This record gives sequence, C-alpha cells and structure tokens, in this order.
Amino acid sequence: MKAWWIVLLAPLLIAAESKPVLVPDVSQRNIEIVYSFTGADLLLFGAILYPGGRLPQDDKPTDIVVVVKGPTQSILVREKEKLGGLIWVNAARLRYRSAPSFYAIASSRPIASLLDERTRAIYELGLDSLQLSPATSALDDRQDRFAHGLVDLKRRAGLYVEKPGAVEITDGVLYRAVVTIPARVPVGRFTAETFLVRDGHVLAVATRDIEIRKSGFERFVARSAERNAVLYGLVAVVLSVAFGWGAGLIARRF
Amino acid sequence: MDIYLPIANLSVNALVIVLLGGGVGLLSGMLGVGGGFLTTPLLIVYGIPPTVAAASAASQVTGASVSGVFAHFRRDGVDTKMGGVLVAGGLLGSLAGGQVFRLLQATGQIDTVIAIIYVLLLGFIGSMMGREAIGAIRVSRGAVPPRARKRRHHPLVAALPFRTRFYRSGLYISPLAPLLLGFFVGILTILLGVGGGFILVPAMLYLLGMTTQVVVGTSLFQTLFVTAMATMVHATTTKAVDIVLAALLLLGSVAGAQVGARFAAKAKPEYLRLALAIIVLSLAVWIAIGLGWRPAEIYSVEAS
Repeated sequence: MKAWWIVLLAPLLIAAESKPVLVPDVSQRNIEIVYSFTGADLLLFGAILYPGGRLPQDDKPTDIVVVVKGPTQSILVREKEKLGGLIWVNAARLRYRSAPSFYAIASSRPIASLLDERTRAIYELGLDSLQLSPATSALDDRQDRFAHGLVDLKRRAGLYVEKPGAVEITDGVLYRAVVTIPARVPVGRFTAETFLVRDGHVLAVATRDIEIRKSGFERFVARSAERNAVLYGLVAVVLSVAFGWGAGLIARRF
Repeated sequence: MDIYLPIANLSVNALVIVLLGGGVGLLSGMLGVGGGFLTTPLLIVYGIPPTVAAASAASQVTGASVSGVFAHFRRDGVDTKMGGVLVAGGLLGSLAGGQVFRLLQATGQIDTVIAIIYVLLLGFIGSMMGREAIGAIRVSRGAVPPRARKRRHHPLVAALPFRTRFYRSGLYISPLAPLLLGFFVGILTILLGVGGGFILVPAMLYLLGMTTQVVVGTSLFQTLFVTAMATMVHATTTKAVDIVLAALLLLGSVAGAQVGARFAAKAKPEYLRLALAIIVLSLAVWIAIGLGWRPAEIYSVEAS
C-alpha cells in the first residue's frame, strides 16, 4: 500500500526538486451564514518553498495571484431594448451553462503585466479571461457584448472583484491577501486557488476549498421552504394573521 | 441593524424594512387599503429580488387586513355570502395567476407586464378616485351637491343567469359577476403582490352596486383569504416567500396601521381619498416614466 503512494507521489517529489512549491492556507475553511451575516473577510496566506530553500538569485520578481471562486451557476442573461421608440423591454438573451457565482482575483501586480492573454485564458485569470461557456451559439460580437454586460453587472454588485496589488509578499517567501465575501453570495463550495508566477509562466498552483453554508435558524428556514413548502406557507399565513390580530387586540386596550 | 434574509440570500437593514412596513401601514390604516401596491415596488427599489418581494408582500397585506376584518365583523359590515363567492373566484384566479406568472417569467416579460398593468390600473383608479374626492370636497365647501347617483348594477351584470339574493349587499344578481370579479383580482394578487382592495372597492360600488356599508368589510374579507392563498401558491411554486422579511414588514405595518386608523378617525374622509388619489397617480406616472426611460441596467441575470 505504501509503495503505491510513493509511486503516485514520485513525480511530485521530482517536480519539487526543480520548481518552487506553494503552501497555502485560508483563515476560514467554513463560513457559516447566521442572522447577522453581512459578509466575511477571508485572509489567504501561505509560503513559497523554493527548491533547496534558496531564493532565486536572478532579479526577476516572483508574483502571487489568488483567485476565489464561488460555485458555478447556469444563468440566463437578458438584454433590454427600446421597443417602438417607446418602452424598454427584455429582448435578446443568452444562456450560460457555468458562470461563476462569485469571482475575486487579487495579485501582487496587475495581472495583465504578469501573463500574456493566452496563459490568462487557460487559467481563467482576470475578469476579461473568464470562460463563461454560452450554451447557445451566438455571434462573437454578441457574445462579447453579453459577457461585458454580465461582468459589469456582477462587478457592481460586488460579486466579481479584481484587486491588483492586493497581495503582499514578505521577504519573497510569505504572502497574504484579504478577499471580502459579500452577503449576497450563494451557498456552496468555494475554491481558493493560488498561482505562483515568474517570468510570464505559472510555476505552481495550489487549491484550498472553502465551504459556505447557512447555519442555525437560517439553515432551518431555507430548508423548510424547500422541503416542507406547504407547512412553510401555512406558518407564514398563521404568522401574518397572528401579527394582525395581536396588533388589533393591543390597540383596543389603549 | 443588519439581518440576513434566508430566502432572498442577502442581508438588509432590519430598521429600514420595519420603517418601510410602518410607512405603508400608516397609509393603509388611514386610507383603508392593503398597501401591497406600495410595498412590492419599494422592496424592489431597496434591492430585494422582484419575485421574493411580490411573494413576501402578500403576507404583509394578510396581516394588515386581519384586524380590519374583525372590526367590520363586529359592526356587521361583512356580507359573508358575497365574500364567499368573491373568495372562491379569488382562489381560482390565484391558481390561474400562478400559471400566468410562470409563463411570463419564462419569456422574460414579467417585469414589463407588471409595470404596464400598474400604470393602467393605478392611472385609471387614481383619476376616478381623484375626481370623486374633488367633487366631495366642493360639496363640503358649499357647492350644490349633484343629484345622488341611483345605486344599481351595471347592465352587463343584470344579464347574467342564475340570480340569487345577497341580503347584506341588498342585491339580487347572478353569483357569476362577483365570481369573475374575484377571479380577476386573484390573478392580480399573484402577479403584483397586492390585495386588490383598490380595484375591488370601486368595482363593488359601481359595477355590482353594493350597499356602501358592507363594501369595505367584504373587500377586506376577500383580501384576507386571497392574499393568504397567494402566500401558499408562492410558497409551493416559486418558493420565494421569505418569512424573515415578511415578519419584519408585518411588525412595522400592523403597528403603522393602528396609528393610521386613529388619524383617519380625526381626518376628513374626502381629503384622505384625495391624498390616496394623488399617491396612486404619482406612482402611475413614476412607473410610466420608468418604462420609457433608459434603464440603469440594460442587462439582467436570472438563474436558469
């Protein structure tokens, strides 16, 4: 059994000889949404391990890029158009099979100056390099228009974030960055990816998972609404009748 | 004080929602309307998703109508037979409304349709109410009152078959007329999250020709049941009823409604009606401008 593991790990060990390795961590592996949740500050930090423990001697800088992604969603984007010069209505639409519900990228320097466009597209680094995968084929200019509209909308909602220069690197080995998770994120499994970039190449990648879920009362309510819809509706009705009746009774006392 | 809404999936300032409910409740207590037609658009402006806003506003209207219904029952101001027929129509209407809602949602035109219905309805009712209120104010200032309109139902209503007696309403008409009226209001309750009192009351007066004393009580009776049904329909189909949001709204609105009712006892009713007409008309104009104005967001995203 042990031998089997060594065989599996062997390529990694060899790689570790020649390339630096990332040891990342996040301040919270689990984020619980309770009634007072207004968002969370996630601290992403870690160390860069160079082969042999020696910092590279050339003067090329080492950069760190961290990306936090929310669960992907299948979404429908609609575009409004003026109808008959009179009113604005939803006209064209485009469906995306897997758009990230949340995407934050922080880097030690602006991402465009670190990597070329092709590499950014491969690793999905940067808001203009997201692979949004439209489900319906559309002309290129229309796809661009919709992608731009979607990213702009999400960016202003605080769900797509680009923070160039937000990663701090200390003594070339320790890095840290703070990413703010807003209250509007959907629940589910988030990933925090860390990329080590040198000389226009991604040298190392490491991933950590973060679980965001509702807990306590919030979890109970969301689950009841989903699983016991009839009972949940009845409770809502009884609650509103009780409120109205109660207020009437109190008011008649005075 | 921020609080997380488990269904809307966002956090809001609880105080703002309670105050919003309170303001609407104040108006509803003063003017005798449910206030759903104000709550839903205000919630949407605050950033609550439209479906959650419409679904949760309905329960606020339920709460607002309860104490009114009891008060009218004590005064024998409810025609339960007429109310029962209206409710039956309303329940059918809310089920049909659920289907219409889903259809419009699928084509992406739900927001536009809601806005257009609002403009037409609010514009029509606001101008009708305003004209009537101004006439009443003129009379109270010494103008010669016009000859009282003879209370009678619309000729179309009289043509319907299976007539029956509604004693409290003082009517001998076919139950199909209130059934259809209830059906229509039920659809609107689902689509707009409104109680429909602002349509039902004039329709009962001018279309059915009901006795004035039972109109408001019977309308509230219908509102109570149909908004409760609307909450159930939303809870089981769209699953967009946010009970925390509803509780916050209720907290403000039931308190506001009681304060409003005290105000109303002191104020002159025709001025209150004029005030309501002005509010309703300005809301209609506001939404109409919004339809033609270039929207702040050209793109919108929904889950699929």
